[in-house]
Amino acid sequence: MTQDLIGTSRALNYEEPLLWEYAQNEASGVDFPRPKNIPLRTGQAARADIGLAQLKEPQVLRHFVRLSTKNFSIDHGFFPLGSCTMKHNPRLNEKIARLDGFANIHPMQPDCTVQGALELMFKLQNWLGELTGLRGVCLTPAAGAHGELAGLMTIRRAHEMNGQGHRKVILCPDSAHGTNPATAAMCGYEIRVIPTRENGCVTVEAFKEALGDGKDVAGMMVTNPNTCGLFEREIAECAKLLHDAGGYFYCDGANFNALVGTVRPADFGVDVMHINLHKTFSTPHGGGGPGSGPICVNEKLSAYLPYPIVRRVPSPQPSPEGRGSYYVLEKETDRPTMFGRLRSFQGQFGMFVRALTYMLSHGGDGLRQVSQDAVLNANYILAKLKGDYHAPFGDKTCMHEALLTDKIQKESGVTTIDIAKTLIEYGMHPMTIYFPLVVQGAMLIEPTETESKETMDRFIAVMKMIADNVKQGETEAFHEYPKSAPRRRLDEVKAARQPVLKYIG
Amino acid sequence: MTQMKYTRDHEWVKLEGNDVAVVGITDYAQHALGDLVFIELPKMGATFKKGAHFAVVESVKTAAEVYTPVSGDVIEVNTALESDYDLLKSETDGWIAKFKITDAGELAALMDEAAYKDYLKTVD
Repeated sequence: MTQDLIGTSRALNYEEPLLWEYAQNEASGVDFPRPKNIPLRTGQAARADIGLAQLKEPQVLRHFVRLSTKNFSIDHGFFPLGSCTMKHNPRLNEKIARLDGFANIHPMQPDCTVQGALELMFKLQNWLGELTGLRGVCLTPAAGAHGELAGLMTIRRAHEMNGQGHRKVILCPDSAHGTNPATAAMCGYEIRVIPTRENGCVTVEAFKEALGDGKDVAGMMVTNPNTCGLFEREIAECAKLLHDAGGYFYCDGANFNALVGTVRPADFGVDVMHINLHKTFSTPHGGGGPGSGPICVNEKLSAYLPYPIVRRVPSPQPSPEGRGSYYVLEKETDRPTMFGRLRSFQGQFGMFVRALTYMLSHGGDGLRQVSQDAVLNANYILAKLKGDYHAPFGDKTCMHEALLTDKIQKESGVTTIDIAKTLIEYGMHPMTIYFPLVVQGAMLIEPTETESKETMDRFIAVMKMIADNVKQGETEAFHEYPKSAPRRRLDEVKAARQPVLKYIG
Repeated sequence: MTQMKYTRDHEWVKLEGNDVAVVGITDYAQHALGDLVFIELPKMGATFKKGAHFAVVESVKTAAEVYTPVSGDVIEVNTALESDYDLLKSETDGWIAKFKITDAGELAALMDEAAYKDYLKTVD
């Protein structure tokens, strides 16, 4: 193993105590003068009973900065987590989000004082509507799963309002993200599984079988491209059958990065879809949060979307520049058919600023290149590694993520978990492992369009080194990695069976 | 003791007497799951149709639903599993639930041991 392959993770190699484990010296960040004739209610006088730590400001600052260096993030290294689109968060997004008019406003300000912010939300609605082909957009859901919930509640509302409330079944392929059946169950639906076939996809035949006469079917939830990294080629035909039977098609937008700017989901029959701004549109994801999961619907469903939506109306006072537009947030009474509100205020406004910045800085052609480069990068990794690892669908080109398994290595006793742990040793975040569930020992690799060829080549070199060593029978080290991380193999079984949930000093 | 029958989802079932079916999951399923960290058992008296999920087994890798190969009412639950997940591996005590069944014919469609072994060669 050559030296240049070894990751530099030494900064992680120290133990950082908890705040309570530092020597407590009755210090505080700020000293107030002792008040005269009034009992002291700040500092230790107030804190003694609850036992807050007593430290100086530099101690506290260093504590948190040190902890932050233990965090592995996309700003730190390669993070090829499948189905998560851990792409670079452009610094331009941060610059724009810090502009005074975006950063220092309050959600309860009158509309007339935040016209710029409302215009930004209106434009973001339009961009999402254009990119998906689904023109009704509600920005408020605060995460992908929240968007799924909003989407299914919209479907449920539509059925109820149209005398179809008896429809109680949601169809869902066995390759689905776990949140899909969970969302359907939370909305009171029964889940009927569409088994994916040997080619990893939903076929018309399997779909018809699951649909039956369709009289009890409220809709289906499908991710396209699916969790095997494959485009669902027969989905448009399935969507037509579903529509004929009176159901709605919910598309999970987690994998939209493979399609953005290239394919409009409305064109393959989608009625409602959530978008993860924190995946496809480069807002922070994982630790940096918050997430943001707007939903987009077509004209069949737009009346039932949750409120508030930003609308453009004629300006009450035309300005000298001739700008005749004015933006307002919908009121509860504006749309009596909608099912209600899912979240306080307007959603994750800071993420809207970052996402629209990303869209405007790329433009329509740039976004098309995003999806094309994401697909190209994943196929580069697949092509380079499919001789060394079993690629269950390797005869096909993949979309934005490459799926491999441990089938070849497993015979020598090295499994997916060992491969993932070895990547930690080499300074990279592991890929998604053991998902999708329909593929044994799965490794789902999503490089995204933002990684350079050099970074991917280094990942490929480490993966090839593992495969070569296993082939030569040198397997022992792979059961022990990571060796240089501050924690090595954790006893995950014991942690799950006997979790210690309370601090023991 | 009657013959053990198997499903494509790696459950096993055997008849006790004429109308009680004992259900568990196969060694293959347990090996694929890895060490279990949680088992959700069915409620006594609950009724399940053939193919419905009646229990959940969770490992550090995944949570998997267990489907009943036969229709019937749950008349006994192996609660000892809750304190000892490894018991599932036992040939005699590793069952999950016993069902009072109405149609023993449902077992006929399932695989016998030889057919299941052949089937295992085609998966994975």
